[in-house]
Amino acid sequence: MEIDPFIFRLSIFILSIFIGYYVVWSVTPSLHTPLMSVTNAISSVIIVGAIIAALAGSSENVFSTSSVFGFIAIILAAINIFGGFLVTQRMLQMYKKKKKDKK
Amino acid sequence: MISANLSAAFYLISGILFILALRGLSSPDTSRQGNYFGIAGMAIAIVVTFLSVGNFSSSLAYIIIFLVIGGAIGAFIAFKIPMTAMPELVAGFHSLVGLAAVFVAIAAFLNPEAFNLGTFGNIKLASLVEMSIGAAVGAITFSGSIIAFLKLRGLMSGAPITFSGQHLLNLILGIAIFILIFYLCKTQSESMYWSVIAISFLVGVLLIIPIGGADMPVVISMLNSYSGWAAAGIGFTLENTALIITGALVGSSGAILSYIMCKAMNRSFVSVILGGFGADNSSDNKKDKKDHKPVKSGNAEDAAFLMKNASSVIIVPGYGMAVAQAQHALREMVDKLKKNDIKVTYAIHPVAGRMPGHMNVLLAEANVPYDEVFELEDINNDFANSDVAFVIGANDVTNPVAKTDPKSPIFGMPVLDVEKCKSVLFVKRSLSPGYAGIDNELFYKDNTLMLFADAKKMTEDIVKNLD
Repeated sequence: MEIDPFIFRLSIFILSIFIGYYVVWSVTPSLHTPLMSVTNAISSVIIVGAIIAALAGSSENVFSTSSVFGFIAIILAAINIFGGFLVTQRMLQMYKKKKKDKK
Repeated sequence: MISANLSAAFYLISGILFILALRGLSSPDTSRQGNYFGIAGMAIAIVVTFLSVGNFSSSLAYIIIFLVIGGAIGAFIAFKIPMTAMPELVAGFHSLVGLAAVFVAIAAFLNPEAFNLGTFGNIKLASLVEMSIGAAVGAITFSGSIIAFLKLRGLMSGAPITFSGQHLLNLILGIAIFILIFYLCKTQSESMYWSVIAISFLVGVLLIIPIGGADMPVVISMLNSYSGWAAAGIGFTLENTALIITGALVGSSGAILSYIMCKAMNRSFVSVILGGFGADNSSDNKKDKKDHKPVKSGNAEDAAFLMKNASSVIIVPGYGMAVAQAQHALREMVDKLKKNDIKVTYAIHPVAGRMPGHMNVLLAEANVPYDEVFELEDINNDFANSDVAFVIGANDVTNPVAKTDPKSPIFGMPVLDVEKCKSVLFVKRSLSPGYAGIDNELFYKDNTLMLFADAKKMTEDIVKNLD
């Protein structure tokens, strides 16, 4: 009997939860705030769904009802992606500066 | 246009890059590299999506425009935001992820052909379940994060809002969502889908309003987790590996952080969710106790004298320090002390601040080297061997009652053993209780000197007196 592809995706999902579990426990507590901002940024990879939805509009009708939702989602996700990664970068830079000071 | 198999491989690569991004955060040295991995993963995912759809009609130009608009807003916020406002920012960002998830799910429902999910009114059953769960969790994340944002920003009172039958109502609404999803699958009815989303928005609001300000670190972590599960739900709908991996990572990350925060407050997750903590119903009977206990108070001169003659000082910062913007003055004070060969370290309680690790970031911003900053379990034994503890803006996390009085609401919470120091300097505006609404026994100890003033002003005065 053939295995439903859903099972494969479920396997990926469950294994990723385990990876997440071990990786996150190894994050140093002093970096928990950057952890939250970076997880926030990467969860905006949901933008791939938004792009698919937005590209689905035809040339004559770029803004169909469903593609409009895609376009709005693109803006929301883009705010998150740029905001999330940049603010993380900004925080992590501060952790670097101090090292220089010491030397 | 690239084949579905090839794009799936690329999505896997971006998923792996996201894992490496989190892995990098295990130490400050590797963290920046980790962030670049994250950015690379995101870039790959976006480019591959364009290539795999391969429809370069005029839509593409609009997408780029919208990307740039969103990106510019995001970049602007990221550079402007003060570090004290990080909790609000993160809550706000979570709400955007949640809303994006809802919109993608709506788009998938209205135009399933674009996602290979069947046709409108005849969507594959599994996809329908996945997209409704994704939309529901996304909607809860959105409205919950908005409430958290308003509370953190101070636009809404941090006090818990409770009413009778609240939990029953939440339960009923939760069940209603499942029943609606069930009927949605049977009928493919559009109105069912909208109802699921509408009820989920309501549940998000109802879930967060009863939770008080003191529990905000848990709430933010929890919403972080929800945003991950929402992304994973959409990932299943779109059959996209990158999204599934990311959703699982973010979901478990938020869950772990919630767990750490709960443990640091000695609260069970359930009691936080049920809410109501921090309502000041116990303050009355404590008041009379306050009166007949003497408190020693001092000024900046006394504090400077004490610290100058110490050989080791431990700083205990709390959120009050951040509110008063005293971190830079504090750094100046520490520099002066170090010049006099006094050993200075910082002790951070896990719930100091409004979100996990918030205090570390604030100290980092003030250029405090991260190897001078210690977590509770690493430094707690040092208090007994130190001369001065300088408590600035922290309160409940230093309360010895948590160790001695089983009746206290914070009994069992891990606290910093500040009272074991030879002397304690406690900067505070007044004797008012902290978030937990209880009196701090530390105020009345013989070795405690209260410094009644604004944290920033007091620190600046001490700096002057250290010369």
